[in-house]
Amino acid sequence: MLHTLLSGDYPRSRALSAVLLVVLVGLALAPFIFPGTRSLNVAAKVAVFVLLVASYDLLLGYTGVVSFAHTMFFGIGGYGVGIAMAKLGPGWGALALGIGACLALSLAIALAIGLLSLRVRAIFFAMITLAVASFFQILASQLSAVTGGEDGLTFRLPEALRPGTVLASPFGIEINGRLLSYYIVFFSVLALFLALLRVVNSPFGRVLLSIRENEFRSEAIGYRIVTYRTVANCLAALGATAAGILYAIWLRYTGPDTTLSFNIMIDILLMVVIGGMGTLYGAVLGATIFVLAQNYLRDLMKAASGALDGLPLLPALLHPDRWLLWLGVLFIVCVYYFPTGIVGKLRARRA
Amino acid sequence: MSAAASADTPGTALPAARLDWTPVALVLAIALAALPFVGSLPTWVTLTVAGLAMGMMIFMMASGLTLVFGLMDVMNFAHGIFISVGAYGAATVLTRMSAQMQANSLASDLSAMVPAVLAAIALAGLLGWFFERVLIRPVYGDHLKQILVTMGGLIVFEQLIHVVWGPDIIPLPRPGTITGAFIIGEAAIERYRMLAVIVGLIVFAAMWLLLNRTRIGLLVRAGVENPEMVESLGYRIRRLFIGVFVAGSGLAGLGGAMWAMYQEQVNAQMGMQVLVVIFIVVIIGGLGSVGGCFIGALLVGLIANYTGYLAPKLALGSNILLMVAVLLWRPRGLYPIGKA
Repeated sequence: MLHTLLSGDYPRSRALSAVLLVVLVGLALAPFIFPGTRSLNVAAKVAVFVLLVASYDLLLGYTGVVSFAHTMFFGIGGYGVGIAMAKLGPGWGALALGIGACLALSLAIALAIGLLSLRVRAIFFAMITLAVASFFQILASQLSAVTGGEDGLTFRLPEALRPGTVLASPFGIEINGRLLSYYIVFFSVLALFLALLRVVNSPFGRVLLSIRENEFRSEAIGYRIVTYRTVANCLAALGATAAGILYAIWLRYTGPDTTLSFNIMIDILLMVVIGGMGTLYGAVLGATIFVLAQNYLRDLMKAASGALDGLPLLPALLHPDRWLLWLGVLFIVCVYYFPTGIVGKLRARRA
Repeated sequence: MSAAASADTPGTALPAARLDWTPVALVLAIALAALPFVGSLPTWVTLTVAGLAMGMMIFMMASGLTLVFGLMDVMNFAHGIFISVGAYGAATVLTRMSAQMQANSLASDLSAMVPAVLAAIALAGLLGWFFERVLIRPVYGDHLKQILVTMGGLIVFEQLIHVVWGPDIIPLPRPGTITGAFIIGEAAIERYRMLAVIVGLIVFAAMWLLLNRTRIGLLVRAGVENPEMVESLGYRIRRLFIGVFVAGSGLAGLGGAMWAMYQEQVNAQMGMQVLVVIFIVVIIGGLGSVGGCFIGALLVGLIANYTGYLAPKLALGSNILLMVAVLLWRPRGLYPIGKA
């Protein structure tokens, strides 16, 4: 059973298994263990980013391709739900239509980008995706009649998913729309994560690895690398779109800053590399650590900065707004010394 | 850039490579084609000068990137940092020298601007040297790691800019004698744009002469074609790498200083904001080609200004549409460089 679920890809380290289990249980029981609004938001964000980062790892870690368009697909998902809900009204039919439409759009764009630019070198693909993503960002801010421009879209979901709706209250626990949307997010992420695990451990995933390791040889063996890379690009795009859909459902809002901004792309890169490239468990660790740091490291740094008050430069370096500086340093150190990130480090300890 | 290669080689050794005039003609054609749409000649002159000025500044910022890519096969995603640092360096010097800028004479304005620009170049060049030595050297030949490490450098140094100069936008007033416009016939031309065009032309001419008429330029061009061969002939290509990298960073700093004075403000994200345009220019020109980069920058600058006037909604996306059009016409850019 477990073997089938994980597609035979076990964590292969006791410490890693323990951490993953803690994250899984923590997310599964988050509404009961951490009932506050802020902590539940953090839990939902972790879940969404696990999916987002795992789908990015399919590209970066498994296929060895750097794309800067991942937030674009994330945004397409968010805006798909947002526009459908805001323009067609809060019904299940409109939600389904929005989800279907944005998945189809993502697939078409990913296919086009892949076929046009994955033939050439990795750097070219990176630059093209950066340009296309920035074009999409401009589009979202310019077509303000449809997308709400810089303000984004705040919308209402179907009745059952609204926080005010109480569906049932067995054993004194109130099951409301908020709880329901949290579990929709959680179980969708879990299912899609296991599906991605299935993909990377399939023969298809093995070919991706071989392309990453030696493009020339894989082609010589007879695999059409453009096809494989394009399919990987499409799968990653669909994963990001799904993450965008879930995030929009959770936030009941879609805007440039929550989905399309280049800062999120940088966050994704940090999460993948710090967690560990080329292993999906790295995405879980990276996303969890990063989102926690984003929300709680500031508090810690505030304390440290206050304690060092009076010394030159140090308080400025530890200013709460500079938390990204330290993650950036960690990122560079990871790229040089731990290319497989935290997961690789944990696995190596056992061996 | 391969055009002049034949000039200093014996006649029989290599057939003369002819300069491809089509892209140059394209720039002129676009400028002329825009005239009937714009309608009035003075407006067209103003727009064209503005486009050329923008193109020249983009060229200064992009030329280092394309040369570094051509020679070392390194795509530096942190190139925007050199631009920001140059801008901050210039802003620091200019705010210290606000007394000279009040005097309202050209000599006194120049006495503030020249040190500012030199500071920008020096600071960006120094940072470039650090980047090459510490960050990029260990990852030569590995594109994936290069992209990741330079992205990491971008994050860290953007944050360090906040630490050193504070998180707020710094306003940067232009010196009195180069603000305002002068009128030729009915066309108003901003003085600063004229200055940008002149500086850009000087930089391009200097680069062209350096690359085509000196021994160092010969080595750089040879290095772009075939680095192993240059090394096996006994030249230390590493030194060449560092030199080109530092020079490219310094140019980005110069471009950043010019761009900051054009925008009249400095912020840490400015480098990143221009970076997308710079990438587009580098792709349009052909990765590694300085001449292509020049033509590409002019195209981007002109088209951005024409569409900004004719169809403001389209203006922000015009770069991408231009890139798609150019790549459909020449998939490897306007002037493809030997290595594919």
